[in-house]
Amino acid sequence: MILQAEGVRKLYGEFCALDGVSLAIAPGEFVSIIGPNGAGKSTLINVLTGVLRPSAGTVRFKERDIRGIGPVALARLGMARSFQLVPIFPDLTVLETLQAAVVSRLGRGTRLFASLRGDREVQEGALEVAELFGLGGKQHALAKELPQGDKKLLDVASAFALRPEIILLDEPTSGVSTADKTVIMEILVSASRRIGIRAILQVEHDMDIVFGYSDRIIALHQGRVLADAPPAEIRADARVVDMVIGRRHLPRAGSPPPPSSPPAGERAG
Amino acid sequence: MTGRVVLALAGAAALAFPLVAPTYHTLLMLPFMAYGVVLLGLNLLFGYTGLVSFGHALFIGVGAYAGAFLTGRLGVRHLEAIVLVAGVLGALVAMPVGALCVRYVKIYFGMLTLAFGMVFYTFLLKFYRLTGGDEGMPVLRPFLLGQDLGGMPKTDYLAGPYYYYSLAVLVAAACCMWRIVHSPFGLCLKTIRDNPVKAETLGVSVTRYRWYAFVISAAYAAAGGALLGPPTGNVDPTLAYWTHSGNIVFMTLLGGFGSFFGPLLGAFVFIYLQDFVMSLVPYWRLVFGAILAAMVIFAPGGLMGLFARRRPVEVARG
Repeated sequence: MILQAEGVRKLYGEFCALDGVSLAIAPGEFVSIIGPNGAGKSTLINVLTGVLRPSAGTVRFKERDIRGIGPVALARLGMARSFQLVPIFPDLTVLETLQAAVVSRLGRGTRLFASLRGDREVQEGALEVAELFGLGGKQHALAKELPQGDKKLLDVASAFALRPEIILLDEPTSGVSTADKTVIMEILVSASRRIGIRAILQVEHDMDIVFGYSDRIIALHQGRVLADAPPAEIRADARVVDMVIGRRHLPRAGSPPPPSSPPAGERAG
Repeated sequence: MTGRVVLALAGAAALAFPLVAPTYHTLLMLPFMAYGVVLLGLNLLFGYTGLVSFGHALFIGVGAYAGAFLTGRLGVRHLEAIVLVAGVLGALVAMPVGALCVRYVKIYFGMLTLAFGMVFYTFLLKFYRLTGGDEGMPVLRPFLLGQDLGGMPKTDYLAGPYYYYSLAVLVAAACCMWRIVHSPFGLCLKTIRDNPVKAETLGVSVTRYRWYAFVISAAYAAAGGALLGPPTGNVDPTLAYWTHSGNIVFMTLLGGFGSFFGPLLGAFVFIYLQDFVMSLVPYWRLVFGAILAAMVIFAPGGLMGLFARRRPVEVARG
């Protein structure tokens, strides 16, 4: 197991946001967390990424206790995340954003007098990820000038540029058009293969995406794990369908995964 | 390309200045160059890290008083040593001060730096035996590159060797800072300025980098402060007073904190404008207040923001 949570509880005063959540992510898995608003998905992600300290329970990443260790230490250990509300560096270019991630990964942030432009490893590392995410043509554009879909991609790309072992994505396709959603997912999956990311854990509302890409789905409801099973079993679980997914949102059984999009880079911006 | 041409012209003008300009104006350039060094440091914090310090006069004071102690009390007259010691002292003082301040951001950071500045000001004012209180301390004429120029008339010394010495220090400081802001370290500072939460998720330790920037900027402020003493031959506590901190923030805003050279332009315009307005009317602060208000409202990017070209459109479109 690469990431493991056991009996995680999180209390906000009287309110119990997570009530004994256990889960485990194995290398090679693509796992989706689903659940209605208020089910505790964001709290769970924040606990798993060491931002929030659980009130009880354990969280282990590569056999290490990571409760509340904070984002900086976690990034060093090999876990990256992206956010639901896309955080960008508005006045940095696409390339600079990715360079920052590569600089951080290589531990070169304290090089005071080295030339950033002259650092080939950083330059190439950033460019590689930009190309992988189809942002190569926009490498000199400021992040704030990008369309919403590209901002989202840039946020995810910067997390990928850390070459983490596991990546936690908080609604990677929220706020983008349906057409862009599949594009983002295709890029994401192929990029993670290229970079060698061992596991992906995502929170997602779009059931086509969830059922199309996940190896396993974890359904949360009122702070508890309602179900933890492969997509086929989840689909057959009437309780989950009624309480979490809703009948009309359920993709038809046996429906093929979303069509493959053209490779990164050929994508129309 | 135009940027390089402008820079080369400015450099040439600075070199030729004492030869063609009246001595009075050459002497006005001395505080400009000293403040130039200070502002390069301040802007690492302000423009590149996103922290506005209202207490940097503290470090100017540290540097200026270091010059007074070294020349007057300790018999060290070499300006190279004075600038260096001032910078190191500034950094040493900034280490504990910064460790406390960088935990806070925005107005809290500003107020905390202001508070430390006031503490130091009061220290200079009240420890009369050590600091000379409100009268301050004399700064003896420093040696330049080992040369004792004590026989020279003061004006010749300042408008000649001292002018070029200050210019060299400013150029060296600017080159050094240019490297810093274009290094991987500089990029990390920019990520913190733009979005500290995201910077952390990329593994950039926000408080640690803010602290580095704070210490470096303090070293610059102190080195610049050391250059302020010799022209007047005296240092006093007003150097560390909070209005002085305000002035350097004003200079930065005036020139534009968004650009590397903006603060230098701001210092230049500030000093000459102040001199001009003071020669016309006694209440220069009133005029400057109005200018500051107008700048913030109509030209938040400062003078550089007014001149700056927009980014090439094709780049933005990708």
